[in-house]
Amino acid sequence: MIGVIDYEAGNLASVTNALRSIDAGVVVSSDARELSRCSGIILPGVGAAPLAMRSLERRDLIGFIRTLEVPFLGICLGMQVLYDESREGNTKCLGIVSGTIEEFDASASRVPHMGWNKVIFTKTPGENAHFYFAHSYYAPIGPATTATTECGVSFSAAMRKGNYFGVQFHPEKSGPAGLRLLRGFCDLCESFQR
Amino acid sequence: MLTKRVIPCLDIRDGRVVKGKRFENLVDVGDPAALAARYSDEGADELVILDISASLQERRPFFEIVRAVAREVAIPLTVGGGIRTIDDITELLHAGADKVTLNTVLVDDPRLLSRAAERVGSQALVASIDATGGRSVRVKSATQETRLDAVEWGRQLVSYGAGELLVTSIDRDGMKSGYDCDLLRALHESVRVPIVASGGAGTKEHILDALEAGNADAVLAASIFHFGEIPIRELKVFLKSRGVAVRI
Repeated sequence: MIGVIDYEAGNLASVTNALRSIDAGVVVSSDARELSRCSGIILPGVGAAPLAMRSLERRDLIGFIRTLEVPFLGICLGMQVLYDESREGNTKCLGIVSGTIEEFDASASRVPHMGWNKVIFTKTPGENAHFYFAHSYYAPIGPATTATTECGVSFSAAMRKGNYFGVQFHPEKSGPAGLRLLRGFCDLCESFQR
Repeated sequence: MLTKRVIPCLDIRDGRVVKGKRFENLVDVGDPAALAARYSDEGADELVILDISASLQERRPFFEIVRAVAREVAIPLTVGGGIRTIDDITELLHAGADKVTLNTVLVDDPRLLSRAAERVGSQALVASIDATGGRSVRVKSATQETRLDAVEWGRQLVSYGAGELLVTSIDRDGMKSGYDCDLLRALHESVRVPIVASGGAGTKEHILDALEAGNADAVLAASIFHFGEIPIRELKVFLKSRGVAVRI
């Protein structure tokens, strides 16, 4: 069972629709006890960092996320909040990955970075394909970066630190390639459980 | 490199996809969820669904149809028509929309964009501009005139928090005479957010023009896709052969 964290800043239906379309079992919840029974956790993200952090705090989910042992996948904002802090509202984030989420420079490219961009996996195996992005802030390339793309600047399209995975793009909105990535995450969760 | 997007638009009235000319003379095209699934499979980069009678009838948006369409597609979904409040916006995002497009409400309350941006982020907020006679803005499905200039209005909407502009030429809607590239270019030079061109697609060359001469980041079209005149894949192969970056 994959647990999808229900908080105000999420695009829940998109993620749960995608997971159901690949026949993954899904639990949508904001209750740490219920989520702790899942073999993997997804933190979706549409929204703004300050509100997202407040919502996680209010639901007592910060400690839960920080101490997870099962695979975790943060999507878009759900990946950004894994870092130390975000320039968006100068928000203190979860601090699982070191670094600061930066804002795109609108003089170098159109902002938001909106649409399908080619993602190149540089570390872990992954499918170099077009994925869908929609964001104005980004994670600079760092030790955790596993894939990159560019929008005026090269940045992290995907990252990993231990059992924490993150993608800046929206696999749930990236057609067949995105669904294959989600399937891969679900398979990882299942093998972890065994 | 960020690719240019090809976006079929589903205008919806009474639960069915319809298409007209200059916002009038509507004909039935089909079922929203079935058509959405087809376009998703054929390589559409995004879908826009618009409830074209909600503003006129002062109804709330069509949540059920959004849920039905969202279940069928794994590509981004933008929803518009009749959106008036933050609750409408968050409820649509929960129903499966990835972005909402706002139009009529912004004339009275442009700050709705700022309030919504704090809640859902600018990347989920599209502002729609319907223009006639070049740069005169109209609202309520083009039935009501305003004193706004499309380019100045676009600039204001972006400053309030719009993350994208959907620019429709009312005069060219359904007429297949080509997009209004002058208007698109003027907006492109005035704002830094992505611009979606709409109204006037009749041939593949029109679409190439909107992307090149008009500098649009995405093209929206309805008739040419609904009536099978230009298959999406064929359009993308054509664009690629002309040097446009597209996802195939």
